[in-house]
Order: sequence, then structure tokens, then C-alpha cells
Amino acid sequence: MRTFFNSLFPPQASNLAPKVDAIYFALLGLCGFVALLVCLAILFFCVRYRRGSGADRTPPKWRQRPFELAWTITPFFIFLGLFFWAAEVFFGMSRPPRNATEIYIVGKQWMWKIQHPDGRREINELHIPIGQPVKLIMTSEDVIHDFFIPGFRNKQDVVPGRYTTEWFTPTKAGSYHLFCAQYCGTNHSRMVGNIYVMEPAEHAKWLAGQPAPDSLIAAGERAFRNRGCSGCHAPNAAIRAPLLDGIYGKQVPLSDSSLVTADDQYLRNSILLPNKQIAAGYEPIMPTFQGQIDEQELNAIIAYLKSLWEGDVR
Amino acid sequence: MTTATLQAEPQPVARVARTYLNERTTIASWLLTTDHKRIALLYMVSITLFFLIGGAAATLMRLELLTPQGDLVASDTYNKLFTIHGVVMVWFFLIPSIPTVLGNFLLPMMIGARDVAFPKINLASWYLFMGGGAFAVFSILSGGVDTGWTFYTPYSSTYANGHVIAMATGIFIAGFGSIATGLNFIVTTHKMRAPGMTWMKLPLFVWSLYTTSIILVLATPVLAITLALMALERAFGVGIFNPSLGGDPLLFQHLFWFYSHPAVYIMILPGMGVVSELITCFARKKIFGYQFVAAASVAIAVLGFLVWGHHMFVSSQSIYAGMIFSVLSFMVAIPSAIKVFNWTATLYKGSISFHTPMLYALGFIGLFTIGGLTGLFLASLAVDVHVHDTYFVIAHFHYIMVGGMVMAYLGALHFWWPKITGRMYPEWLAKLAALSIFAGFNLTFFPQFILGYLGMPRRYHVYAPEFQVLNVLSTAGASILALGYFLPLGYLLWSWKYGKIAGPNPWRATGLEWTTPSPPPKDNFDTTPIVTEGPYEYDPRATEAELRAAHA
Repeated sequence: MRTFFNSLFPPQASNLAPKVDAIYFALLGLCGFVALLVCLAILFFCVRYRRGSGADRTPPKWRQRPFELAWTITPFFIFLGLFFWAAEVFFGMSRPPRNATEIYIVGKQWMWKIQHPDGRREINELHIPIGQPVKLIMTSEDVIHDFFIPGFRNKQDVVPGRYTTEWFTPTKAGSYHLFCAQYCGTNHSRMVGNIYVMEPAEHAKWLAGQPAPDSLIAAGERAFRNRGCSGCHAPNAAIRAPLLDGIYGKQVPLSDSSLVTADDQYLRNSILLPNKQIAAGYEPIMPTFQGQIDEQELNAIIAYLKSLWEGDVR
Repeated sequence: MTTATLQAEPQPVARVARTYLNERTTIASWLLTTDHKRIALLYMVSITLFFLIGGAAATLMRLELLTPQGDLVASDTYNKLFTIHGVVMVWFFLIPSIPTVLGNFLLPMMIGARDVAFPKINLASWYLFMGGGAFAVFSILSGGVDTGWTFYTPYSSTYANGHVIAMATGIFIAGFGSIATGLNFIVTTHKMRAPGMTWMKLPLFVWSLYTTSIILVLATPVLAITLALMALERAFGVGIFNPSLGGDPLLFQHLFWFYSHPAVYIMILPGMGVVSELITCFARKKIFGYQFVAAASVAIAVLGFLVWGHHMFVSSQSIYAGMIFSVLSFMVAIPSAIKVFNWTATLYKGSISFHTPMLYALGFIGLFTIGGLTGLFLASLAVDVHVHDTYFVIAHFHYIMVGGMVMAYLGALHFWWPKITGRMYPEWLAKLAALSIFAGFNLTFFPQFILGYLGMPRRYHVYAPEFQVLNVLSTAGASILALGYFLPLGYLLWSWKYGKIAGPNPWRATGLEWTTPSPPPKDNFDTTPIVTEGPYEYDPRATEAELRAAHA
């Protein structure tokens, strides 16, 4: 019985899964009820009023309008209720908690490249401990992909040229499917992987067995130097460029006198498309790094810039 | 197939001297005809051919999916198959199906007119459609396209192989055929109604064609623009959608769905119109809530333009936009629910008979109800995050498009077949076909709801082994479905020559189209009819009384 159920229903392995499933079952109940009602009514009428059945066919006396109003207004309020419930859960799905581990994901035809904050990298596999919220910061090197973990009931398109995020807290140990859900070409159906959810102790053991490279921040600092960013973005540089200490999360005034929040997307644009948004009071002289810097190095630099930030407000 | 069959049409049958079929019989008289009935038949033959192409692609896909490994065709081939299936079925079968075949044939007759408002433009529509079809067939034969029918950028504009531009050109050209047909129907409905045929006396099929035409005229140009921009980026590298050229990939999705969501209603509204005609005729009842059913068509057409973003809940569109699109998507379900409830109420105290068209109509209501209700799952934001781009979506829209629209098309074809050809189809064979289509359809697509919630993504050539059982069920159902489709293809052609003579009104239906001989003369009516009654003046008690008298 249990295996039969498991072949019809995916595992519930994240904090989001029970919330999504609750709405799913409510919808199943409601829709099953309505479908059954319509089908039974049709069957009943078809039998009772089949031609030659001898049933009474005197035109009914009641008016039509009350029926029409009833079956217009009732669905309206039920739908409104469903909308709010599902929207509330969706809202929660789009707001990662502050203590979430930030993991960078880069999709490319046809693989997933994963960077942990401690600098470890994985391909098509993600090892995470139970109970620790995870925030994925994702982008693509080529076409649109989609990071879909059915066991977690979460998915999000991974779009070139921008960052998208997805978060969850794994709640059950095991191995779960990772699928690319947005069609991306020849081997779309092979752009799959596994999410390994481990007990914290086991995860620590697994970590210890892995080579320990530089942390993502250290790698980012190195890239910041090697790429020559520090040549201008430094207090005593010959060329005047904005200082980047503590820039993350701040409001930056632009030359067109608008304000923009310095988030991941802004930092990315400033490196790849520096002329798109010019910080107020500076010359548009920064060269573009488009095509020279890959997504993973970019992630490291952004992680480094974030670490320069001392505040505690997100 | 057509011209041969039509040429073989026997010499004027004794009961009708001259009909639109035998008036002139040269091939040129068909290819240059401006008679709306002949144009309808041109379309019927064309979309049947396209249905066979799209169906062949689906058959190969279902065979491939029998096993989790990709062992029948290569991945690229599989990707081309689902692209062919989608493009051909959407633009070259479903969108034209009921409007261009039955709409063309019936709209003028239902409102008491001799033809549509612009007969020459009507013929031009067919040539545009066939021109577009030629481009699509060229792109299939010369190697195919692997973008999916959705052409998402930057894949389609930069990374895809194959003849994307040729395929897009085909859709672009066929789109102008759609626009011209829509325009023709709108003007015809406004200007050509017979004396006394007021808006509230229009058959509901005419209402549904009218609202469909409005969507065709307003939405199709947006598709043309979108595909043109995509082709521009692909051919000349103009940065519109590809971020590495400074474009925005989501812009494409907004434009594409601004057309393609209303297109869903282009595909289903005419089917709803057909069902209103069939239910009333075979239940011998006036439609329950005429004004509400007609107004629901208009509401669907209007609201249908405001919900495109529900295809993009996980695309990285703003979550607040997602919320607006979600609530509007729930609202667009209300007019559909109104129609289902009214059809059901129409059966109450009717005198119901179960000829083949009625079986299709009842099947439509059941399958459309399931398709519509599962739409609520997709409108619910949090649930959509999980089932988006999975087989749940595939199952949902096939319940609407195949369970709804194709059932309605077949029901309509059987219902008006005696009017079109003057002959009856064989009833028992037709019932067998209707039942196998219904059973095969459910076995094909119901397992896909479960597959979708389990997490099987769409457009997967290879899949995880635990999904196999449900896929085998689905393929088994598809085999039954395919057999069910071949039956009508055979017996309808047979009946064209050998079917029982139908007479002008075998169903004793009330529409104006049943007041002329079958097949109708070229000009439809000898004298312009004058309309004094509503469209559904049926009386179940009179039917029952006649039945008793006949048995007494």
C-alpha cells in the first residue's frame, strides 16, 4: 500500500512540501467534489429524461436568475479564498530567511555547476545538511534553464543575464531528483542531478572527506586583484572610481539622479555592462568585462564584495 | 484525397437538382471558389492532412516514451517531434478547426445570409493558410526545428539548430489568414443578419464565433510582431531578447503569451458554441440561461487577454505581477463554470436522445470540466511552482484542447455532416468511434496528471525509471485514441457516397441552416428568411407526445 502511494505521490522532503501539498489536497477535494456533482447530475438527467422515459416534463415554475447568480457568486468567493491561501504560501517561498546558506548555481547546456560558500564545487550534485535553510543564487551561461527539485516542491527558472533565487529547508534525509524543467536543447532531459540531504553529523563527515579549497570570498578577493579591479576601486588609486567597501545593500545615486539598491544584479551589471548605470559623480570610464569573466568567477567577486559589508540589515 | 472524392460525387441525386457541390465540378471551380461552403471544405481537407502530420509526430513520441531510455529516436529527433506536434496542432489544426471549417460553412447560413461579407478575402485566407502551411512543411522536411512550439528566447534566437525562421514565417503567414477570417466573421455577423435576426436571437455558435473572431483580430498581430522580432535577432543579431546582446528574454515570454493565452480561448470558444447547439437539439430543450451563456463567451474573450502572466510564475517575473495574474486567472474560470452549469441545467426535463453528436457533447462537458478544474491548480501560485513545466500542464491543456476542442469538432462534424454532404454517417460505427476516443483519451492523459505531480518534466526524451508504468499506460491509451480517430476518417469518406440520404433536417433541429435542402444550393436560401423566433424553440413534451403517437 505504501509503495503504491509512493508511486503516485512524490516524497515530502522540505519545509515547503507540506504547505504546497495541503493546497493540492484541498484543491483535489474541492475539484473532485464539483466534477462528481456535475457528472452525477448529467448521468441522472440522462437516465431520467431519456427520450420516452415517461418522466414529468412540465416546465418548472422557478426563475433562472437566482441559479445563475448562485453559480456565479459562489465560485467567485471560493476562488478568492484559494487565491489568498496559495499566494500566501508563494510569498513565503520567495522570501529566504536571513540565516540561509548562500549557494551559487550556474546552469549551462547541459549541466549544473554549484559553488558552496566555503569554495567547494560540485557538478550536478548538491550535498546539504537537514534543517539548514539554503538560498540558491542562480544564473545561466547560455539559455534559460530551470532548477526543479520535485521532492522539495520548488522550482525557479535560471535566466541568463540575471540572478534568480530559490530557497528551501530540507527536512528528510535521502537522495532527491534534480531536473532541468525549462527546455534548453538537445540534452535537456539529461540535465539532471541529485540532491543529497544528510544528517548534520554525516554531512560534516562528508565535508571532511572533501578537499578544502579557498573559500568563495578568498577566491573572489584574489580575482578582484588579478583582474585589476583594485587598481581603480581603491582609496589612493590614480583613477577615480567608487570605493566598494560596504557598498552591498546600500542605495547608490546614479548620474541620471535616480537611486538604485546595490544588490547582486547591480554589481553584476556594473561589471558586465558598466555603462548601463553610471554612479553619480564619476566618469563612465570603466571597461566592460563581458566575455572575459565567467559566471563562476563573477559569483566569487560578488561574494567578496558582499563580505566587505559590515551591516546586519538585509 | 479531396478533389478525387469530390470529383467522384455522383451525378445530381434526384431529390436535389443543384447543390453547391455539383454546380460546377472542375478543379479550378474549387480552387477559385468564393462560396463559403466550398472554402469550408477546402479547409476541412487541409486541416485533416495537418492533423495526420501532428498525430504522426505524437505517435512517435508516445512510442519513444514507452521506455525510460531514449532508444527509439535520438534526442534531437525527439525534440523536433514535439516541436512539429505542437506547431502543427496549434496553428494548423486547432486554431483553424471549428472556425474555418464549420464556422465558414455555417455562419452565413445560421444568420440567413448568402455568403460571408467578403467572399474573395475568405478565399485569400485559405491561400494564406496554405502558404503558411507550405513553409511549415518545408521546415519539417528540410530537417525540422527543435525549439518547442513556444520558441523561447534566447534558445530559439541564438542557440537552436534547424529552420527556425522558415517555421516562424509559416506561422506568421498563416496568422494573416486567421486575421482575415476573423475580420470577415465580425463584419458578417454585424452586417449580414437576416431581417429579425437580432443579437439576442443569434445561435450561441454564432456568439462564440464572433467572440473568437475578436480575439483573432486583436491577438494575432502581436504573435506576428513577436515572431518577426525573434527572426530579426536570429538572422541579424539585433539585440532584443538575448541578454548577451543587451536584450531581455522575459520580454519574449510576455509578448508570446499575450497572444498565446488568448489563443487558448480561440481554440475552446468555438467548441463551447458547438456544444450549446448539440445539447439543446438532442435534449429538445431551450438553452438554460441564453444570455448568461452568450455573455460568458464575451467575458472569456475579455478576461482572456489579462491572464498571460500565469505562464510565467517561475520565470523571474515580479511576485506581485504573479499575484495579479493569479487572481485574474481564477476569475476567468468563472464564465467557463457558468457554461458548464447551464449546459447541465439544460438537460433537466429534456427529452434526451443519444446520437453520436450528443455523445461527443456529453464527453466534451465531462472532459472540459476536468480540464477546467485542473486549471485552478495551475492558477494557484504555490501549487503552480511545483507543477509548472511538468506533465500536469500537458495533461491539463490536452483535456481542454483534445478532450474539449477535438471532441467538439468531431461532434460538430457528425451533427452537420448530413447538411454538408446530404448523407448520414453510419450510426453504430460512429458511436463505437466516439466511445473509443473517450476511453483512449482518458487512458492517455489521466496518468499524466499523476506523472506531473510526481515531478516528471515535459519535453523529456529520457526519464527516471520510476515514471515508466504511468508512461506505458499513457502510450496504451494513445493507441486506442489513434484507432478511434481513424474510424471516422474511414466511415465519413464512405458515407459521402454510400450513406443514407439525409433530407434537409434529419435531427429536426431549429437553426436556419436546417431550413434549406441538404446539401444546400449555392446561394443557401431561395428567399431571404425572416426570423421571428429565438434559436432554440424546442419542446420536449411535443417530442414525447409524437413518440407516444408513433408507438400507439
